[in-house]
Formats: sequence, C-alpha cells, structure tokens
Amino acid sequence: MGNGTSIGRVRGLGSSHHGAHHWLASRLSAVGNLVLIPFLMVSLALMPTHDFATVHAWAAKPIPSTALVLVMINTFYHARLGVQVMLEDYVHEESGKVAVWLLVNTLPLAGAAYGIISVIRIALGSA
Amino acid sequence: MAQARSSRPLSPHLQVWRWGPAMLVSILHRVTGNGLAFVGLGLLLWWTGALASGPEAYNDFLNWVWIGEGGSFPFVTAILGKVVLVGLTWAFFQHMATGLRHFVLDVGAGYELEANARWSVITLVFAGLATALFWAFVLLR
Repeated sequence: MGNGTSIGRVRGLGSSHHGAHHWLASRLSAVGNLVLIPFLMVSLALMPTHDFATVHAWAAKPIPSTALVLVMINTFYHARLGVQVMLEDYVHEESGKVAVWLLVNTLPLAGAAYGIISVIRIALGSA
Repeated sequence: MAQARSSRPLSPHLQVWRWGPAMLVSILHRVTGNGLAFVGLGLLLWWTGALASGPEAYNDFLNWVWIGEGGSFPFVTAILGKVVLVGLTWAFFQHMATGLRHFVLDVGAGYELEANARWSVITLVFAGLATALFWAFVLLR
C-alpha cells in the first residue's frame, strides 16, 4: 500500500478511512458466528446417530438448511476478513500482495457458493 | 516502499519478548482463526458436499475422517481425522473466547495488567474445559 500523492495525503484520500468498515464487518460477522456455530455443534451433538439418513434428514429441514446457508455466507466472509489481515501482516512483496488480493477476493466466494449449492441440493433434492 | 524497507530496522518479533498470557492468547487467536478458516471450512465443505452427493460419498467421508476401515491408509486418516476434529473444536472455543475478549477490549475495558492477564488465562481454561465437555458429551452419552 503506497502513501498516495501529496495532495491525496493532505485530503486523507487513497485507501484511508476504509479500515473502520473492515473492522466493523469482522465484529458483525463474529456475532453471527457466535449464534450459528454453537447451533451447528449442539445440533450435531444431539443427533442419535451420524449416518447418512439421519444427518441428511436433519440438514434438509427448513431451519437447519437455512442455518447452514447462513453458515456458508458468514463463516467464509469472517474468514476472508481475518485471513486478509493475517496476509497483510506477512506478505510484503508487491507481486505477493496482488496474489493475496486475488485469492481473498475469489476463493472464499467459490467455497461459499459450493457450500450453498450443496445445502440447496440437500434441502430440495430427493436423495 | 521497497527501497525504504531495506534500510529500516525490523521491529522485534516473538523471540525478544517475555511471554505472558495476553501475548499467548493474542497469537492463539490468529493461529486458531486461520486454522478454522483453512482446515475447518475445508472440512465443512467436504462434509456438506458429501452429504449432498448421496449415501456413498457420505459414507466415504465418514470412513476417511472417523471410521477408518478397509486398509492402513483410511486407518491412519481416521486417527488424524479425530485429532483434527478435536483440534477444530478446541480452536473454535479458543477463538470464540479470545474473540469475546476482543469485544471487551474494544469498548476500552480490561487493559489493567492484572485483569488483562486474568481474562487471558480464563480464555485458555474455558477453551480446554469446553472442548473436554463437548467431546465427553458426544462420546459418552
């Protein structure tokens, strides 16, 4: 990240003033995970068995499948924000930064899309 | 930045500081968060994808991660799978506890040395206990 032009620095433009949104988004998605992940863990722990029929029937119900879709959106978003901060601390080369920028803006989206499609298949499919 | 960096001193890193609870849980927050991001979300997608693909794919998933039948390779991965699952559970509880600690610090509380160290240690104790209780419940009930 450069320091911008002189006049840009004076005006506080460039990349400045974007950190607060990233910070808040991280906290907001953390609150989401605080609800969603315990729901997932308690649901899994309370299942009588973990064979295909039991788990599939659970995941196909409206509230669990809604929760699972939200898990896909919220965990990947929260992870994307956190991994970005980690990489910003450790990747210093310009080429590395471009690669990191590409990765954190594509892979989490791809992962979440795969997860959501899977949950929709479970919820609507006949398997 | 490139030419400036070579002539500037690097800030001291892990090895020069005296270890304390706050430093430990701060590092653990990052380690567990990234572990959950890469290992946890990977496993989550494998699980959900297998569940969406049908009984055969799901039983394969169960066998690789937990049951470990049909050869020495699944046997080994099933042991690793159990270690990873328990590890992820601990990582979640640790990351959750240190995350809640961050919420408290965010509002400006808990910076007194003694309170800061105490709450740092409490996150460690909580994560260990919660992991043990969770798996005791799952395996013993």
